[in-house]
Amino acid sequence: MSPILQIKGVTKRYGGLTANNDISFDVNEGDILSVIGPNGAGKSTLFKQIASFVHTTSGEVLFRGKRISNLAPHTVARMGVVRTFQETTIFKSMTVRENIVVAHHLRSKASLFGFFIGSKQARADEAEFGKSADDIIDFLGLQAIRHELASNLPQGHLRALGMAIGLATNPKVLLLDEPFAGMNHDETMKMVTQVRRLRDERGVTVMLVEHDMPAVMKISDRIVVINFGEKIAEGTPAEIQANPKVIEAYLGSEDAAIGM
Amino acid sequence: MNKTTLGLAAFLIAVFVLVPVFIAVSGRWDLYYTLTSVALLSIASAGVWLTFYIGRINIGQGAYALMGGYVSAVLMTKFGVSFWLTLPLAGLFCAATSVLIGLPILRLRGVYFAMITLVLTEVMRLTALALPITNGAKGITSIPLPGTLSIFGITIIPDFATMANPKLGFYLLAVSLMVLSYAALWRIVNSRFGHLCRSLQQNEELASSIGVNTAYLRVLTYAISSFFGGLAGAVFVAISQSIYPSSFAVADSVNFMLYCFVGGLGFVTGPMVGTFLLYFGWDLLSVAKEYQLLIYSSAMIALMLVLPNGVLSLFDKKGGGK
Repeated sequence: MSPILQIKGVTKRYGGLTANNDISFDVNEGDILSVIGPNGAGKSTLFKQIASFVHTTSGEVLFRGKRISNLAPHTVARMGVVRTFQETTIFKSMTVRENIVVAHHLRSKASLFGFFIGSKQARADEAEFGKSADDIIDFLGLQAIRHELASNLPQGHLRALGMAIGLATNPKVLLLDEPFAGMNHDETMKMVTQVRRLRDERGVTVMLVEHDMPAVMKISDRIVVINFGEKIAEGTPAEIQANPKVIEAYLGSEDAAIGM
Repeated sequence: MNKTTLGLAAFLIAVFVLVPVFIAVSGRWDLYYTLTSVALLSIASAGVWLTFYIGRINIGQGAYALMGGYVSAVLMTKFGVSFWLTLPLAGLFCAATSVLIGLPILRLRGVYFAMITLVLTEVMRLTALALPITNGAKGITSIPLPGTLSIFGITIIPDFATMANPKLGFYLLAVSLMVLSYAALWRIVNSRFGHLCRSLQQNEELASSIGVNTAYLRVLTYAISSFFGGLAGAVFVAISQSIYPSSFAVADSVNFMLYCFVGGLGFVTGPMVGTFLLYFGWDLLSVAKEYQLLIYSSAMIALMLVLPNGVLSLFDKKGGGK
């Protein structure tokens, strides 16, 4: 199968500081791929580069063979590469359902003027968004908090809502930034199952940045390891666990800093 | 829903029937001028409110009111265009200009955007002073009253100069425009357009990650906002039959913003209520003579402390409606 996403020599420099240097790997359609690495390794920057939220200094990202680097973020989202956020970024003064409904924007066929005058297409769109939002709420098991104001939600639900917002855009590739952060073991396991179902039932290719190693090992088909802005390893969870470079990066930081 | 319809009907009857009847009976003809001003100012405030709705503090509406006024005045006096045609043209001219101005400045947020819009009014005043077509400090005077508006030979609105009571004519014109503007605003807010504006207000990054073209939406909203400003300015010019560079100043821009605050940023009718309260409040306080401004400003501060979500939040049990 040809890869859905190709990361080719992606580099990000902030002035003299290199956040990411010449990172290359492919993401296969239907895979769950994790990007791991110590704090400040450049994982989040890489995600922002893929979703085109930050400018890529050199190299490029291809989505189904088409270059998406340095396009407007909403254009990239429109093509199907959608990012969720590390911070619990949601629309705080909307209810859960409103959050999800508004996130259906990409699917709307009616124009803004159509919505303004309440055209037939606009009403059809609204009905469809409402139904789809309810489906997503059922899918993620958020029924109980459907009409809750997002600002009142606890951490775990916020993550789920962030994912729901991402799902509403009907993504081909969903980039999850630390989906398990701040969760206890049970919540994490529940989330792991949900991410799997996302792939299995909705055919979404998932990329995630995560620190929770047991969860990463459990969920990932493939793992890419980044350290100091460079890719140091790539492979299945078993391969990664046995890779001396990875062990060095995580355990012997002194040596890693010099040797890498 | 039913309650809303009832309230709307009551409002329309009050504005179009009760007020004229009351004025005719009581003989308080001066109230027409006040109420017309409130209606027009609240149209301009509606625009400011809309920019608040995308999370931008707009202290520059006076610039567009001034611009709209001049567009209408110049078109009427120099090109002999009918007032009725200059009305939409003034709005559209302001909207088009605001696109050019908005494209660079709408990238800014918070206090930075606010400061630039504050300067905008002053820039517009200086522009009006400097340009030959606006006739500098002397302004444009002896602007004709609105003529006949007829479509396919049928007279819809008679010539204001022939009206027995042009004050009533202007009042009806102003409140009609106000009702139309707020109907449009209500539709915007309660359609997907408004939901997207709210998404922008709450989190621009997330909005763009769900595929919202944030730059486009910001500029479009700002253009609509400026359209309202230009519209209001054009009618003001028709009433006073004159315009000067100082017709709309920084203080007016600030007032438009305060009207929104006082009425409530979470309510479509907020700017209308705010304009009414503050405009009348200011007039009533004139009995306090030299203490007028002191009492007025203290009351404003108190109001913002006690009711940060505006006067209308008193009637909203859910807290922060749409």
